[in-house]
Amino acid sequence: MSVLVFKAILVVVLFLVSLGIAAYSTYAERKVAAFLQDRIGPDRAGPFGLLQPIADGVKMFLKEEIIPTLSDKFLFILGPSMFMVTTLMVSAVIPWGMPLEIGGEMFALQVADVNIGILYVLGVVSLGVYGIMIGGWASNNKYALLGAIRASSQMISYELAMGMSVVAILLMTNGSLSINHIVEAQGTGKLYGFINVSGMNWNVFYQPVAFLIFLICAFAEANRTPFDLPESESELIGGFHTEYSSMKLGLYLFGEYINMFISSAIISCLFFGGYNFPGIEYLGTILPHNIVSIISVLVLFGKIFFFIFFFMWVRWTIPRFRYDQLMRLGWQILMPIAIVNVLLTALGITLFGN
Amino acid sequence: MSSQLIFFILAALSIMSALFVVFSKNPIYSVIWLIVCFFSIAGHYIMLNAQFLAIVHIIVYAGAIMVLMLFTVMLLNLNKATEPHKPMLYKLAAMISGGLMLLVLLASMRSTALGAYASPAYTESGYVQNVGMVLFTEFLLPFEMTSVLFIAAMIGAVVLAKKEVH
Repeated sequence: MSVLVFKAILVVVLFLVSLGIAAYSTYAERKVAAFLQDRIGPDRAGPFGLLQPIADGVKMFLKEEIIPTLSDKFLFILGPSMFMVTTLMVSAVIPWGMPLEIGGEMFALQVADVNIGILYVLGVVSLGVYGIMIGGWASNNKYALLGAIRASSQMISYELAMGMSVVAILLMTNGSLSINHIVEAQGTGKLYGFINVSGMNWNVFYQPVAFLIFLICAFAEANRTPFDLPESESELIGGFHTEYSSMKLGLYLFGEYINMFISSAIISCLFFGGYNFPGIEYLGTILPHNIVSIISVLVLFGKIFFFIFFFMWVRWTIPRFRYDQLMRLGWQILMPIAIVNVLLTALGITLFGN
Repeated sequence: MSSQLIFFILAALSIMSALFVVFSKNPIYSVIWLIVCFFSIAGHYIMLNAQFLAIVHIIVYAGAIMVLMLFTVMLLNLNKATEPHKPMLYKLAAMISGGLMLLVLLASMRSTALGAYASPAYTESGYVQNVGMVLFTEFLLPFEMTSVLFIAAMIGAVVLAKKEVH
């Protein structure tokens, strides 16, 4: 099997997995919300309501499609499509597990191990705002325009603090931007130099502040509560997707869940060791290589699911920020903390070595 | 061969999108075509294996500056019906300065010796580590000068945007 065929299969699998996880995230969100509010949640379609996402999907497809008369039709359709494409693009640089061995050859479970890995993520994330802006403007609706403007200024503001918190991580791994290197570095060495558990040298133990900043920024980038001002229904009806109906609305909602999935994957890779887990070396000596690889993939997905749950947990616990509070938090609190964190990390590395 | 084909497609795309920027009647479309143009230029950088330059180009131009531009255009609500025609003097001035620009470009094109195209060998000089190494050793002074310029511009923007306190 050639590398290209393997990568093509991987891309298709990733696409389907992303969509599947996004679909079931909607179900999980409603179940988590129900659990937190002491309700039962969806339980009509199938056992435990497990077929609910499929029913929702069918509903979305069958609903009437409305394009407002005075809207810009081309841009109105381009908006949700771009949003979906940009959210799906990020998964290309995430290492999903240890390499698989097929027919004596090693295949990395990563679509592209590019030299600029983490910058690619930041770049694509910064493009995500176009889908929202174009859609919101093309709707020719004041609420939609307000939502789009809120979304774009919010995303631009939080990108800076996000990038700064990532710089601290890059300093830890000798300045390599490749996500694969960052994950590998967390699987080698001893934690704090003396705790000898293989695959446990995670960045979060060295960079808790950077992790917190990155997490908050990830919430803001994904337009999730407490930063969901672009679509705050009590002020803006539905925000940027007020005018959307049918599957185009579905694409926006879906994109948000894929965003959540991908952000969780990035957080797991940067701070929680990616596919590494305690005892990975020991398992490698007693089990065949491919089995360990599959376990590593499952471990990564376990971490991702935890963070998706965390996103939902926060959504149903913390109320929304006010807009000026949001801006103040981003520029006057997170940004300086992130810069000081970078300086302290650099100082620490210079003084104590790695 | 295939890299030459990609180059031609990218070149055609960048020229076409640049033309559309000028010819679009709707300013929003102009901005969107400009974004397409930036992407095709980033594609050229990748063809030269300058990955860092390509991604920074996308983050800075397509990701930040164009978003702000789109922002402004959307808020200004520039429609054909409301847009007043510019005075004749402006049109004349724009024409003359554009013509002068063309003249300068043509003159400089004539005087440069266009060598044969040499396909760049596979190089890693565009990687982040190598770019950083060069920036902080050989080109340290220009690099620091640029950062001073940026700080000056930032402070200027803050001063201009600040409301006067009564």
